[in-house]
Amino acid sequence: MNVYAYFVAGWLLIVGGYGIVRSRHMVHAIVSLAVAQAGTYVLLLAVGYQNNVTAPVFGSTEKPTKQVVDPVVQAMTLTDIVVSATVTALLLALAVQVNKRQGTVDPDELAALEG
Amino acid sequence: MSRRVRLVVFLIGGGAVAALLAIAFLSMPHFGRSEHLYRDLAVPAAVKHVTANVVSSVNFDQRGMDTFGEETILIASVVGTAALLRPAKEETERRVPDTGRTLGATRLVGYLMLPVSLVIGLDVVLHGHVTPGGGFQGGVVLATGLHLLYVSGSYPALDRLRPLELFDIVDGVGAATFAAVGLAGIAFAGSFLANVVSFGTFGALFSAGTVPILNVAVGMEVFAGIVAILAKFLDQDITVVKEGDQ
Amino acid sequence: MTALLVLSLTLVGVAGTAVVLSRRPERQVVTYSLFGLTLGVLFLALQAPDVALSQVTVGGAVTPMMILLAIRTMDKDQKQRREREDS
Repeated sequence: MNVYAYFVAGWLLIVGGYGIVRSRHMVHAIVSLAVAQAGTYVLLLAVGYQNNVTAPVFGSTEKPTKQVVDPVVQAMTLTDIVVSATVTALLLALAVQVNKRQGTVDPDELAALEG
Repeated sequence: MSRRVRLVVFLIGGGAVAALLAIAFLSMPHFGRSEHLYRDLAVPAAVKHVTANVVSSVNFDQRGMDTFGEETILIASVVGTAALLRPAKEETERRVPDTGRTLGATRLVGYLMLPVSLVIGLDVVLHGHVTPGGGFQGGVVLATGLHLLYVSGSYPALDRLRPLELFDIVDGVGAATFAAVGLAGIAFAGSFLANVVSFGTFGALFSAGTVPILNVAVGMEVFAGIVAILAKFLDQDITVVKEGDQ
Repeated sequence: MTALLVLSLTLVGVAGTAVVLSRRPERQVVTYSLFGLTLGVLFLALQAPDVALSQVTVGGAVTPMMILLAIRTMDKDQKQRREREDS
């Protein structure tokens, strides 16, 4: 039970990879990539977790103390979520243009690079 | 390669990765342990710089260079998307007919929630150093709040309220502000992105030095970037047609 | 490991599998939004409110909107291409 969180993160990574390999539509592949990315977020946050402590935000009710979860992994994850949304936008724009030029979004039917 | 061959290759490769991950996970420190070396260093450093939200302190104060790189990735993706979704030579942009057939209830909720969302977005950006939030989250809230106009009203209404040239300027100003604060760090303290503004009292609005300024810069940039990306997608769907059709 | 953590981790795993197994992109957008919601709950249970805020805004509003617009554009372009080839 102590490693269940890590195994869920690994499962998301493998399942995302399976989705990319078996996809028949480019948008399906892009969303499966997002699932694989979510696996890395879960792994990062699971590494930084400590049982029975609070979030690393202090205020008038929480005095500064060292009994909080790891803030460094949270900082890495939250910028990554927003930035990978824009990278997904770039991938979707690529898919839209490929569809315009080739008329298909099935990765198996795409012709090789035309000279 | 055919689908079957691809599946076999994935099963072999994926199986190997899964086995390696399993070995690694079983020998990692167990989930929920109490030794976290980075936390023991990061939390006192954040408290020393009078920042109540330690995650914001790590993002903009202790590891500001990483955030600088990430927002550069953001701008590069926006530029790439804008370049990819430009109308081609054989395409033109047509005017959108003003047909709005949304439900009255949808329109009412949209118009009510639009100012609320914008204010909440501004609050999340400005209070990023004292409460959970910051430039990244607040910028996204602002961008999606603006698009409530599209969901509840009509596309021409959104188009009028969204001058794209202004948003491009805001995007650049946000990135330039981040770089300028970094250079001010060199000028006043000798290292890039050093915290050179005076710290205030713990938990107040004016505290944590340069962190609120960087939050506002990143908020502007994320807001403008996401609006620009969504504008390109909306244009492709609604206004761009190949010459010769309609 | 509290019950909430085990439950949210299991929900995340199930939702992720459901996203990959949804074949059509229109359906996948809906399952992806639900997956984003379960991720947000998991991040809250892992004591990460900043990350949960980020995930819910991005995965609930921005990414599904972009995917839906891209799907609509692709369908429209394919329909126009078919009409051009027919005429």
